[in-house]
Amino acid sequence: MAVATDDVFEEHDFESTADPIHRTRKTAMWIWLGSEVFFFGAMISTFLLYRNTTNDGPGAEIFNVPFTSASSFILLTSSLTMVLADSAFQRRDQRQGRIWLIGTVGLGLTFLAGQIFEFTEFVEQGLTLSTSPFGSAFYMLTGFHGAHVAAGVLMLSLLIAFSLRGRLSPDHGMNVELTALYWHFVDIVWIVIFTVVYLLQI
Amino acid sequence: MVATVTRPHPTAKTYWLVAAFLAAVTAVEIAISYLEFLGPAKGVLLVTLGGVKFFTVVAVFMHLRYDVRGYRMLFLFGIVGTLIVFAAVLAAMQAF
Repeated sequence: MAVATDDVFEEHDFESTADPIHRTRKTAMWIWLGSEVFFFGAMISTFLLYRNTTNDGPGAEIFNVPFTSASSFILLTSSLTMVLADSAFQRRDQRQGRIWLIGTVGLGLTFLAGQIFEFTEFVEQGLTLSTSPFGSAFYMLTGFHGAHVAAGVLMLSLLIAFSLRGRLSPDHGMNVELTALYWHFVDIVWIVIFTVVYLLQI
Repeated sequence: MVATVTRPHPTAKTYWLVAAFLAAVTAVEIAISYLEFLGPAKGVLLVTLGGVKFFTVVAVFMHLRYDVRGYRMLFLFGIVGTLIVFAAVLAAMQAF
């Protein structure tokens, strides 16, 4: 069943929401995301506990906030392209959906490239995983987040490949929705990391 | 069992507006982070603005505002649980 389109809301495939299998998959996804909140919550807590334990090594003063701010804008923008891709697939517009997915992958890869550059800079300045509890907590937190972004880029790339091969039919629209949920989750985790790890420390 | 009643999702125009709002809030956050004269208020402001961004993405981009209430409860359980664990860890480490 589709609902009427107006200026605020758009046509949305509600059959998938009512389908028990799709509903179960989406519920499972939310349960998993809830558990991921615990995972990153523990890491952020650890960072906050050790943020001043630098063992006379480099600390938060080496952060390049303007650079990380640019990375944050890039990841936020990728959430926009992701939701537009999801919206296009809901409208059964495969071509538009693919374009937005490719944009999301590009932004995700740019974010990852920025993170690799940032890590390289920090290592050159003497902050490594074993320098201090601060370094360990920082790299574990941001590294695991980066790994989640990389996994998201892989999932998005698979969706693009499936779409190009015609294996992402409207019946598989839920796959895009679940991947979108994952991608937005990665974005909100970064919102917290950017605020707590970078902005609050300078 | 999770109920199946949902509200229609927003249009692309709404998504663009929300993205512009998030970008503006991020710009304000960055500006605030350099304002030393704010003192302890700086931290409160940054956490508040970060929270606004967090819940805006969850509500609009992740559609929790429009989807069934059960999903909201599942996610909130994670957030509340994390805050409890965080408080317990800080208490155990005598960080208060």
